[in-house]
Amino acid sequence: MRVLFRWFSRAYGAGPHQLLLVLGAFALTAYVVVLLGPDSGLTRMVVWFLAAVVLHDLLLFPVYAGADRLLRAGARRGRTVVGWINHVRMPVLGSALLLLVFLPGIIRQGEFTYYAATGQTQQPFLGRWLLLTAGMFALSASWYLVRVVRSRYLDVGRDVN
Amino acid sequence: MCRAAVFQLDVTYRAVGASPPQLASSRAVPREETPRDPWEELDFGFPAGAWRALARLRPAGVRRSRIWRSPLRGPWLTSMLGAVLLVTLPLVTITGLLSYIAYGPQFGQAFPREVGWLRLPAFDWPTSPAWLYVLNQGTHVILGLVLIPVVLAKLWSVVPKLFEWPPARSPAKILERLALLLLVGGVLFEIVTGVLNIQYDYVFGFSFYTAHYFGAWVFIAGFVVHVALKIPHMLAALRSRSLRSELRTTRAETRPEPLDETGLVAAAPAAPTMSRRGALGLVGAGSLLLGVLSIGQVVGGPARRAALLLPRGRSYGSGPNDFQVNRTAEAAGIDPADTGEDWRLVLRSPNGTMRFSRRELLGMPQHTATLPIACVEGWATTQRWSGVRLRELAVLAGVPEPSWARVSSIETVGAFRAATLQANQVLDPDALLALRVNDVDLAMDHGYPARAIVPALPGVHNTKWVRDIEFGSD
Repeated sequence: MRVLFRWFSRAYGAGPHQLLLVLGAFALTAYVVVLLGPDSGLTRMVVWFLAAVVLHDLLLFPVYAGADRLLRAGARRGRTVVGWINHVRMPVLGSALLLLVFLPGIIRQGEFTYYAATGQTQQPFLGRWLLLTAGMFALSASWYLVRVVRSRYLDVGRDVN
Repeated sequence: MCRAAVFQLDVTYRAVGASPPQLASSRAVPREETPRDPWEELDFGFPAGAWRALARLRPAGVRRSRIWRSPLRGPWLTSMLGAVLLVTLPLVTITGLLSYIAYGPQFGQAFPREVGWLRLPAFDWPTSPAWLYVLNQGTHVILGLVLIPVVLAKLWSVVPKLFEWPPARSPAKILERLALLLLVGGVLFEIVTGVLNIQYDYVFGFSFYTAHYFGAWVFIAGFVVHVALKIPHMLAALRSRSLRSELRTTRAETRPEPLDETGLVAAAPAAPTMSRRGALGLVGAGSLLLGVLSIGQVVGGPARRAALLLPRGRSYGSGPNDFQVNRTAEAAGIDPADTGEDWRLVLRSPNGTMRFSRRELLGMPQHTATLPIACVEGWATTQRWSGVRLRELAVLAGVPEPSWARVSSIETVGAFRAATLQANQVLDPDALLALRVNDVDLAMDHGYPARAIVPALPGVHNTKWVRDIEFGSD
């Protein structure tokens, strides 16, 4: 029995419990798809499900990783006594996160259902997002200034390169 | 500069005929040469020849050591993020499933209706505490939003696994990767549909309720597999470093985790531009930002204004009827003529039908209760309602111990134009057919001439523009 177990694990690449678990998960997923069979939205749901993964892995990730690589290259070239790279990263990431999550309001998507539900329009959101972005950049820049001043007069907070 | 100094030191030692001590920095790995990578040496499963051949087919440019340079990636960081999600994602899931039960699946009014064996245990949703549904949906929506940066960071931390070559070394690995598709697809699908729903953007073109419910089950499938398989690795990785000392480690002192067979650690890491505590802080700051910008729609009051980018952070003014509207009278197609002097409340029961004008209702004993309306979308508004107790209307209808009541609206088009209430929801002393709010008549958008308001009931089931109430005891 033990020999069989070891032979299986070696050939399969994991213990039998792993196989049971993944097969269970696939069975549940297949059951969900069967239940959704009569639903006219099934194809769209599958497309959105897969698109979520593909857009994250093959679009969002490469875009932000690529942008960060450019930023790092810039930081290496324009090296200063007090490093500035994270003072750019933070407001950019903060602003991008808000754009990602609150995109419908910012670009005024779903205006009709929005109005039906609330009796209001999405008019203020773009301006608010821009102001929040400006605020985050201003905060980060002032923090950077504080660090520069402190490093100049107190000789602290200096990056060790 | 630093390297030159070491070199000079080395020369000095040799000049005096001594061998230089092994400095930590001089042991640093030269860039050109990749160190032994345990991940590359993992065993192949059956059929080993095929996997080995696949490994040799590596596309140009897919070399782990070249692409992945972050010195922060590693099993410890991944496990920290994983541990946070392990505790919090089940909370989001359970509150979501509880909300399905709160809609009353026993009356066929939870969506989706047809769920096969994925039926949840039905129980009578309590009416006390009155803020139960506020808490449930506040947790579900706000925690879900707050976890978005954590989920994105977790995906960032494991992204080298997605592009590793060979993509699998055994049949087990293929299946595990497919199960991961359920997990990652599931969590992203739930986030995307949820985030769109709370902003009334139905661009996806399918039923939100159906998609979000079944998507949750696919996510649960992927989550259970992943947790069961990875928990031992997570615990071991968490023990490999102390959180407290990581929180004291500056950027300059940050070193990569040791290269191991997980394939997460960069084989040729670049110099850190951020410490591990900085990375965790960045994720935390992202979560905090989303939390601050959304919690106001749950707690209401002055905090509501902080929900700057959400529909329910908006103000309607300062009058007694100026609070959050869910579905306007205009959108519901309510004809003002149907709500005028001729409007009658119809009470139905096995004993017959009774009709009451609004003036007659106002002549009955009035009860006032301060109750929240809480929506599935994770917002709430608490107001002072007054009107006739539902249980007194049940007595009038001759059914003092109803087992259910169905409240129907004048509205003829919406999915929520009627709702069935459980016995406890009819009999609760604070369950009202509200006629007034904050000492004035209800506004049209809030359900004039009368609306139901029941403690801890999902918002849309507090039927507006009530036309009739049927009491049953079967």
